[in-house]
Amino acid sequence: MEGAERVFERLVRDHQDRIYALGFALTGNRHDAEEVAQDTFMRAFRALCTYPPERVRELKQRAWLHRIAVNVVRNRVRGVRPRLVELNGSEPSHASGPEEDVMMRAEIDSLAARVAALPLRYREAVVLRHVHELSYAEAAEALGQPVGTVKANVHRGLKMLRGENHDNGDA
Amino acid sequence: MTTATLDLRRLGDVRAPEGFAGRVLAQAGMADSYAIFDTVLGPVYVAWNRLGVSAAMRSKSAVEFEEWFDHEIGRQLVRVAPPDDLAAKIEDQLEGNRRMRFDLRGLTPFSQAVLRKTLEIPRGQVRPYGWIAREIGHPAAVRAVGTALANNPIPYFIPCHRVIRTDGVIGNYGGGGPEAKRQILTLEGVQLKRLQELAESGLRYEGVRTTKVFCFPTCYHGRHAREENFVYFHDVAEARAAGYRPCKDCRPAAVA
Repeated sequence: MEGAERVFERLVRDHQDRIYALGFALTGNRHDAEEVAQDTFMRAFRALCTYPPERVRELKQRAWLHRIAVNVVRNRVRGVRPRLVELNGSEPSHASGPEEDVMMRAEIDSLAARVAALPLRYREAVVLRHVHELSYAEAAEALGQPVGTVKANVHRGLKMLRGENHDNGDA
Repeated sequence: MTTATLDLRRLGDVRAPEGFAGRVLAQAGMADSYAIFDTVLGPVYVAWNRLGVSAAMRSKSAVEFEEWFDHEIGRQLVRVAPPDDLAAKIEDQLEGNRRMRFDLRGLTPFSQAVLRKTLEIPRGQVRPYGWIAREIGHPAAVRAVGTALANNPIPYFIPCHRVIRTDGVIGNYGGGGPEAKRQILTLEGVQLKRLQELAESGLRYEGVRTTKVFCFPTCYHGRHAREENFVYFHDVAEARAAGYRPCKDCRPAAVA
């Protein structure tokens, strides 16, 4: 148990930015991103506590966390629709820096909102492949889908992002 | 056409907000949260986790509190905004209207027993160290009780200030010295002067003539008696010899 706690502490410190960014790209706003990232780590923690030490040692942490995060997002979308607008901009401690950062931030937020508007199956494929730059094989593993499916979904997702018409959105 | 793809990469550079890792660790029960809370004694730093309140200290600064916590408790500590209802909860706790939960992990079973027993002392009343020792089944361990209370990690919440010496000396107080102890007791309505006068004359128990029951001074069972009906005793034997029985509430002696 002691061992699991130490592993977990490192896991959080090493992967927090990556998993938060993943949550952000998948949900389109910083509030939900934090929720997704927190949920992801909490699930990881509960799992770690039950894993035998050798399994913990051999764990491919990054791929494992990606997969958990994808599932967290999939599960929550069933209940909650992604929120489109943040009504009061008073997010707690999402430190905003100087002016130019604010500009960058606004751009990035609007980009994230555009990605968030994609249907989930395209969104997750696009995010893993092009935001996190996983190989198709890695993305397929995180999504639990065949490589061909992922390729097709990335392709359709990008097409929609570029504003080209999506002929059959319900593939 | 490729711009969309290029831009997307920027989403991956977003960083987790400040304090994120701490909040996750706190949620996993591996770190405690803390906030400053205003009390009648001034600002008090209060730490808690899933199991309950884990520490309280009148520190001069956040840094001092964090260092103390690291030394005494040794878990991660994350500063958060104080929960809205904390003030009311603490007030209820001190009034005895609520049983807060406390995280006493890391303390010896003996210390835990001492602190849990201390929680039973109502506001406005005091008990001697020996009472705690007897009640937890270690009647000879009076000094050990003193040590356990001196190292109370949650003074004020766990009211170790309500435990005083039988000779009327107020005794030391981990939550800010004897002065702070005197101050809190006075605020809670304890008449320290009267207590001290009794102690100086060697009188430890207070009986009421009409009920033939004797109590620790400050026990609320004697509160309605007329002044002329009070009698005072030096020890339990004297009280019993006079035909008095111990109060069932403050239990100045083992109740048969």
